[in-house]
Amino acid sequence: MSDPGAPPILSTRAFSLWYGSHQALFQVTLDIAARQVTAIIGPSGCGKSTLIRAFNRLNDLIPGVRTSGEVLFRGEEIYGRGVDPVDVRRHIGMVFQKPNPFPKSVFENVAFGLRINGFRGNLAERVERALQQAALWDEVKDDLHRKTGYDLSGGQQQRLCIARALAVAPEVLLMDEPCSALDPIASAKIEDLIRELARSVTVVIVTHNMQQAARVSNWTAFMLLGELVEFGPTREVFTRPTDGRTEAYITGRFG
Amino acid sequence: MDVTPHAVVRVSCGRSRREGLATAGLTTTGLLAVVVTLAIIALFIEGSVPFFREVQLGDFVEGTRWAPLHEPASYGILPLVGATVVTTGIALAVAMPLGLLSAVFLSTYAPSSVRRILKPALELLAGVPTVVYGFFALRFVTPLLQGFIPALGFWNGLSAGLVMGVMIVPYVASLSEDVLYAVPRSLWEGSYALGATRFETVVRVVVPAALSGLGAAFILAMTRAVGETMIVALAAGRTPTWPPDPTQPLLTLTTAIVNIATGDHEATAFIWSAVFAIGLLLFLTTLVLNTVSYLVIRRFRERYA
Repeated sequence: MSDPGAPPILSTRAFSLWYGSHQALFQVTLDIAARQVTAIIGPSGCGKSTLIRAFNRLNDLIPGVRTSGEVLFRGEEIYGRGVDPVDVRRHIGMVFQKPNPFPKSVFENVAFGLRINGFRGNLAERVERALQQAALWDEVKDDLHRKTGYDLSGGQQQRLCIARALAVAPEVLLMDEPCSALDPIASAKIEDLIRELARSVTVVIVTHNMQQAARVSNWTAFMLLGELVEFGPTREVFTRPTDGRTEAYITGRFG
Repeated sequence: MDVTPHAVVRVSCGRSRREGLATAGLTTTGLLAVVVTLAIIALFIEGSVPFFREVQLGDFVEGTRWAPLHEPASYGILPLVGATVVTTGIALAVAMPLGLLSAVFLSTYAPSSVRRILKPALELLAGVPTVVYGFFALRFVTPLLQGFIPALGFWNGLSAGLVMGVMIVPYVASLSEDVLYAVPRSLWEGSYALGATRFETVVRVVVPAALSGLGAAFILAMTRAVGETMIVALAAGRTPTWPPDPTQPLLTLTTAIVNIATGDHEATAFIWSAVFAIGLLLFLTTLVLNTVSYLVIRRFRERYA
């Protein structure tokens, strides 16, 4: 599954992050392989959400955030001088913990990213493709303009948000606990979708559900108190963890 | 510790009596507002009964001549309503864009240092006595505008409306800011995550999401403008004209009441009942506007609960 020869699409180099005087990430260094699923696991407050939000500079929205070290996207430092976070986010999409469709029609939700990016082309076709990629097309195709995002079920809303992110053809899709607000059946659908998506997109998923990480990911990073404790192929992290803390966590001794 | 069960019961009796008193006292205070409101409605209805016994409702609502002290007297309310609509419209045309834009600026763009200065300054604007605004409109804005519009009257609806708009800006800004703030953080983030700029996020996601709440702010601003008295009394004039011309003196509903109430009339004169009729109309207008905005706000809250 892993391809050690390919250059990573995203990497961090000794990346640290502070919220004011509170340090949330400590010298994190890891490489995210292209077109694979990387899971970030760890107990609440371990910095996994902070880390994933560092990849698209969403932490910038919080006043008092400082960083050190580097985050490289295709070898380019995204925290570098003159890099506009808006440009970064156009290449790195994100799906959130709670589905957050816009109060617009299903169609307009998916078309949003295309419209703001000045997409000139067949909008309807791109919207359809994104909805199909997110396995939502069949359920909404008759009500594209009539239903709003809020008229859908929770699981459908989350797939709508995935379609919305996919519509702009991002190279990386960040998913911050995308199933935590969903029931098991809706979660299973999203998991199937994640495996499917990994053929064309790099997926980074934060989850506190270890079974989910084991099921969907090729790589797993285990974080604790803002530090990256262990990172490796998922199978190895789960069967032969090298760090005692990882073992303690995955065997359920804390968390 | 030898607390007998009996003692425990006695202590709780005293406490529950105090609790009962507190409940009764607070209920009374709470009901007071309702009682006063109902009393005002009752008073206005009762006071305007003699008026509507004398004046046909049709003549009142559709009449275009307001001349209560002439012979024969005429009680057409339209010149007054027209004047109020004109000054309110001008005020809203100023207050809505300025208020909404400053709310967007304060909530999204302003660095916290600027916000710390600007927000109190804006609130200060709301604290300026309306008589000062009225004088400002009369002696500063009107002469200024006469430079551009030579035909502008010494009293006119335009400068009164403009200054009234400035007066309402803080209300609109404060209400709009609350409404924008109530739009869930997750919607802002969802938009940013798609590569939207701050401006695109505000214009395409946040404002549409907040539209019903902003509508409520608009209605509340309208209520303030309709009920505002001092500015129009000082700067808009006292001449009932039909159709209303914003560049000329106007008589708004509120000023008409001031006019009669400060005039030299006997306590039993019929004209007092006209005050009640106008007052009732004003009261009903603001009641309807307030209720609508309350319902709109409630729907807005439910949506994001």
